[in-house]
Amino acid sequence: MFDIIVLGGGPAGLSAAYSAWKAGAEKILIIERDKELGGILNQCVHNGFGLHYFKEELTGPEYAQRFIEMLKSTNVEVKLDTMVLDVSENKVVSAVNSVDGFMTLEAKAIILAMGCRERTRGAIAIPGDRPAGVYTAGSAQKYLNIDGYMVGKRVLILGSGDIGLIMARRMTLEGAKVLACVEVMPYSGGLNRNIVQCLNDFDIPLYLSHTIVDIQGKERVEKVIVAKVDESRRPINGTEMEFDCDTVLLSVGLIPENELTRGAGIEMDGRTNGAVVFENMETSLEGVFACGNVVHVHDLVDYVTAESARAGEAAAEYVKSGEKNAEIVTVKNGEGVTYTVPQKIRRTDNKFTEVFFRVNRVMADSKINVVSNGEVIATFKREHMAPGEMEKIIIPKKILDSASAEITIETKCEG
Amino acid sequence: MFDVVIIGAGVIGCATAYKLSKYNLKVCVLDKENDVAMGATRANSAIIHAGYDPEPDTLMARLNVDGCAQAKELAKKLSVPYKNVGSMVLAFSDEEAATVQKLYERGVKNGVPDITVLSAEEVFEREPNVSREVVCALWAPSAGIISPWEYAIAFAETANKNGTEFVFDFEVKDIKKEGDVWEISSCDKSVKAKYVINAAGVYSDKIHEMVAEANFEIIPSKGQYYLLDKIEGKKANCTLFQCPSKVGKGVLVSPTVHGNLIVGPDATTSDNRDKVNTTGQQLDFVRNTAGKSVSNINYRNSIRNFAGMRANSNIDDFIIQVAADNFIDLAGIKSPGLSAAPAIADEAIKILASIGAELTEKESYVDSREKVVFKELSAKEKAEVIKKNPLYGRIICRCETITEGEIVDAIHAPIGARTIDGVKRRCNAGMGRCQGGFCGPKVLEIISRELNISPLEVKKDKNGSNVLVSETKEEK
Repeated sequence: MFDIIVLGGGPAGLSAAYSAWKAGAEKILIIERDKELGGILNQCVHNGFGLHYFKEELTGPEYAQRFIEMLKSTNVEVKLDTMVLDVSENKVVSAVNSVDGFMTLEAKAIILAMGCRERTRGAIAIPGDRPAGVYTAGSAQKYLNIDGYMVGKRVLILGSGDIGLIMARRMTLEGAKVLACVEVMPYSGGLNRNIVQCLNDFDIPLYLSHTIVDIQGKERVEKVIVAKVDESRRPINGTEMEFDCDTVLLSVGLIPENELTRGAGIEMDGRTNGAVVFENMETSLEGVFACGNVVHVHDLVDYVTAESARAGEAAAEYVKSGEKNAEIVTVKNGEGVTYTVPQKIRRTDNKFTEVFFRVNRVMADSKINVVSNGEVIATFKREHMAPGEMEKIIIPKKILDSASAEITIETKCEG
Repeated sequence: MFDVVIIGAGVIGCATAYKLSKYNLKVCVLDKENDVAMGATRANSAIIHAGYDPEPDTLMARLNVDGCAQAKELAKKLSVPYKNVGSMVLAFSDEEAATVQKLYERGVKNGVPDITVLSAEEVFEREPNVSREVVCALWAPSAGIISPWEYAIAFAETANKNGTEFVFDFEVKDIKKEGDVWEISSCDKSVKAKYVINAAGVYSDKIHEMVAEANFEIIPSKGQYYLLDKIEGKKANCTLFQCPSKVGKGVLVSPTVHGNLIVGPDATTSDNRDKVNTTGQQLDFVRNTAGKSVSNINYRNSIRNFAGMRANSNIDDFIIQVAADNFIDLAGIKSPGLSAAPAIADEAIKILASIGAELTEKESYVDSREKVVFKELSAKEKAEVIKKNPLYGRIICRCETITEGEIVDAIHAPIGARTIDGVKRRCNAGMGRCQGGFCGPKVLEIISRELNISPLEVKKDKNGSNVLVSETKEEK
């Protein structure tokens, strides 16, 4: 019987396991499906990781390595090349690998840290032929940075998510011609620093409010037709542009990978595509916690690390003293807010509670209000907010104490 | 020199090869592509129709009902995913209720077992997601769903075990006869045979015209589809048709054998027989039309769109005929061709016998197929297969839970996978919600290792569809 089993050895799982150990949990196991720890960080060879957490700029593999080193000083066990097939309601994990075969493992607490996957061509129904040469940005990144192969020479990127932007620069540096980045929304889905450093610095045009309307090519991509879209994102006839290219990279969103979570019967949030969580990252199933991109998609790994540390500590606390009963405050999405994490807050002794959320449009000079019983009980000011950048507010205990059983996070645009 | 050459390795050619392989005959199957099931067989609704659609006394009626019954048995014997889910034809008005009644009577005439007409309440009970506009429906419990490409692959693998040869990348350019011998040539190769069977799908008229006067014409009809995530898979319990029209059986909503939901097809004629592209306009049409049957499908859970080309013709039936001496057409095999496939094969063999082919059974032959499908095993069986072969303990495709062992099996099977899509068709790796985003690079690596070829040579699908174009750092 393990104290804690952590599903996933990427940044979330590593941080959660390390924090749980530090908080006193003893028998901890990380199960990782890949052949090494680190998750997607291993293929992110660019720098920019760790500015918040380590106060220095690291590459993805360096960031992962820091945690792998930290874990060496603990007794945390790791099973690599191992796939979890099922998590049951009573916290039994079924897993397989080629050495141990089929395993059933029990734990007092479980931390879900499976990360996310990329949206595909099929998910957004891009019409046209179905030749080779259409890849999600992350698959192309694996081929390039892990396996050492180029997937194409003339590239069009659909979607301005961060992986797509990073790949625009990376493919250019490896000698490919990146013709354009095309984004269906009127704003970019990626971080501003990536627009500047990955597109602008390499003179790669960004077409906002545009999309691919046709992919042509018999065996390999030969041509892509791009058109402007109207406000309801429908292509406008007569605005078509042709791009002669052999490759399309898709960076059209990430989806938390929650098949195991659903299988365990855990309550899901349709807006995050992740589990509904409390402030300590516990899910609706007692003793099962979730953290990182499996809960909601983060912009920066540093935030994943911090969130997962909270999950790890909470899991250790649960192993030690069991579930704490407390009144629950439900967090609702108000105007301009797409989702919040956590969705539920327990009234505990915590001095403050962090609430993360995303807005649904670009906003300047705005206010964020916490509303309870129709009254604003706290206000936070922001100069700039965008859907591509996760927002955070810190609600002090005093404010939460004054709130009813339901609070709403809303935004108000002043400008 | 072969006794029989079959042109086309789709489900019709492969079913015929399978059924012929128990006889003492030297048989060869030719295909212009690099694998079996590369045409209509890999892109269709995947339905085993019950047989109430075709007009009575047509080949389609007889062979459909026969093929539907055979499919159930064959799928079991050959380890092909199949489910006997039944089908409904939904009526949304009194006029359509009359059509349903007509289909019922036709079904009875065609010998379709156990069909009935269900009241609206009975429909809603079986299908809670169906539109409340439905007034009644035809219910055909014998209909089923199948993996069409696995059906063809299973036929081909088993035929191959019995000695049938398969030659790929062989595009027939010319067919000549010298004495009693047919000579079939591509650009650079030729084979000889006593009998030829034309199962060339959308090109069956072109092949026919190499040996005889044209007496039919293929009018290719393209159909486009949505395939949705398993989350949507329970929106239909059986195959839901709308009332048929002149252009076909219309847009259906159906579960698939893999647990997904399939929605489609439309029908548009096409002058390019190979161009199976999808279009925004027609995908909209498919969605909107399907909405009439089931309105709560969430298309954000779409995982793939595809289109297939059906070998429709100007004849209102399958074209099964002796086109020239010792040359048989299995042509114009439109819907319900997949359902009728094994019966069409029997028909071909009957004709072969009637024109003098000597059909003596082999002393021993294989007529079944087994394969490991890891995720369907019990915990104990899982442990056992991993003990026997540790590769079954490594999951490569996380969405569909496909192991390295199954992928290696697919590559080393009798007609083994050579491409990423070939692996997908044989064991389902890459068929799930991430569409090979995660497992694609791993499958590529396994193909490269098992076939001892450079990763640069590994193809996604047809020749020329290479996944990688160069190494990042060329060695000096």
